[in-house]
Amino acid sequence: MTTIATTRAPEDPGAPPAGSAAPERTEPQRLRRSRLAAGRRRTALLWALLLAGPNIALLLVFVYRPLVESLYLSTLQWNLGSPTARFVGLGNYVEWFTAPTTGRIVLTTLVFTVATVGGAMVLGLGLALLLNRKLRGRGIARTVAFAPYVLGGFAVGILWLFMFDPRYGLIQELLGWVGIASPQWYTGRPWPLVMVIVVYLWKNLGYVALIYLAGLQAVPQDLKDAAALDGASAARTLRSVVLPLLTPTTFFLLVTMLLSSLQSFDTIKAMTQGGPLGSTTTLMYSIYVESFVNGRAGYASAVATILFLVLLAVTAVQLRFVQQKVHYA
Amino acid sequence: MTATTLPQTARRRRPPQVGGYVTMIFATLVLGAPLLWMALASLKAPDELYQVPLQWLPAQPNLDNYAQAAGAIPLGRLLVNSIGLTVVGAGLKVALGLCCAYALVFLDFPFRKVVFGLVIATLMIPPQITIIPNYTLVASLGWLNTYQGILVPGLASAFGTFLFRQHFLTLPRSVLEAAELDGAGHWRKLWRFVVPMSTPTLAAVALVSVVTEWNDYLWPFLVVDDPSRMTLPVGLTLLQNTDGMTNWGVLLAATVVVTLPVLLVFLVLQRRLVAGLTAGAVTG
Repeated sequence: MTTIATTRAPEDPGAPPAGSAAPERTEPQRLRRSRLAAGRRRTALLWALLLAGPNIALLLVFVYRPLVESLYLSTLQWNLGSPTARFVGLGNYVEWFTAPTTGRIVLTTLVFTVATVGGAMVLGLGLALLLNRKLRGRGIARTVAFAPYVLGGFAVGILWLFMFDPRYGLIQELLGWVGIASPQWYTGRPWPLVMVIVVYLWKNLGYVALIYLAGLQAVPQDLKDAAALDGASAARTLRSVVLPLLTPTTFFLLVTMLLSSLQSFDTIKAMTQGGPLGSTTTLMYSIYVESFVNGRAGYASAVATILFLVLLAVTAVQLRFVQQKVHYA
Repeated sequence: MTATTLPQTARRRRPPQVGGYVTMIFATLVLGAPLLWMALASLKAPDELYQVPLQWLPAQPNLDNYAQAAGAIPLGRLLVNSIGLTVVGAGLKVALGLCCAYALVFLDFPFRKVVFGLVIATLMIPPQITIIPNYTLVASLGWLNTYQGILVPGLASAFGTFLFRQHFLTLPRSVLEAAELDGAGHWRKLWRFVVPMSTPTLAAVALVSVVTEWNDYLWPFLVVDDPSRMTLPVGLTLLQNTDGMTNWGVLLAATVVVTLPVLLVFLVLQRRLVAGLTAGAVTG
């Protein structure tokens, strides 16, 4: 799922002049004109089919069809690859809401989401404020910070698994310097979840910082100068001038990060496979487990629908706010 | 930062940046360490990896781990698969988005707004909900363990179409009208006029597509279990699973092979790639 940046397109300037009412033309002229226009319309339609057709067809077959089919599958008791299925209505949904594991999965999802989104936002803003200062070499820092964002989640998971290795990892060494024994990152709860959260923060921090940096650079200097003239401290200026002006950025990031966090899979798959004992199984991860490990495709479709509704709610909130409230500096 | 004449700013020019520099260097080290550590580890001998206290640098950097990784999984084949699928996938995706956006902006056809709505709404549909039905479809087509099975379901371009459309709306109409008067058809207008005026957007969309295709994990992981058809990230899973005990040197060498190409693309084409990634967030 993707969030659209907040720029709004101007209304199509390409709309044809309405009616093209050309007065006082002779009958043959008018006929020729309208035949010409009809011909042009036909070519335009043909070209549209040719140019937009393939993309639209792919969208219909691989996005809209599965969307509808998934809703249907969610009403079936059906195992992946099985030739038979039984209609159970809302049975799968009822099962999800009453399953003993659901509470844990929701809680894990909540902790993971709040920690990753909140952490990335706070640390990202801090990094952006730092990089907004005129420091020599900040370009290098920015590059290093953003690099993890372009890497694949699975590879990132593997490399951090090594960082966290309780016996030979870099982290146990650094903890040893300050006299802390390494936690059992792989096995002892809640450490596996903490580990995955740290990795997710590392991967997304640079992105958040970069977006915030763009927002910061759009804050007019004279507003900050005016605040300084009024005797406001740097902290006060940040709180009363800069942060309010950053609201649209914050909001955009909040939604983007929420959506991506709720859908994370690769890193969890690489690091913990949802374990141990399900302690890192998020809603998204449970869809994978139910469908492709347990083979319960009908039930998994119901869970996927629930996740979809959550994501849709987040997006709806975003659209509402973008239209109404958010102030653009 | 133009207003340098204000007394406040002038007075604040003490040597105060020390704290800033310390924090920045610290942050850079912390954020950069994992990548550096991975690269170093991939060059170490096994006994150097399993040593307490840690050995920081490999005594004799060598590529043994890479050779071993290539022995355990068909690393060369995976690399070729990844490169091929990325180039073809990203290329087709860009072409589909470009053509679709051209039609949406420069052609007048019935239900144009509806079609645009159809494209834009897909941005709100998480790929997860499409996975089970798409998997069933691909399986019934006999496309499991094939390149087309990996490639085709993800080809449709919504984000690219959106970015292209936004850009096309800003292009000067007069140029295209002049081209039309000169008798240029739509095909010619698209390639001779619109594309040359859109290179930054084109580069951004292409780079984002390359990075997402390269990193894509869940779908190829589900569709392929034949090593000769796997992409690099999926191959990592294979390598992770084949060893009962994790052989870090080998696994990290393969991880370097997965991450290095995309890091190089990032370093060389940073500005365009970042512009694309931050124009709206593509997540996965």
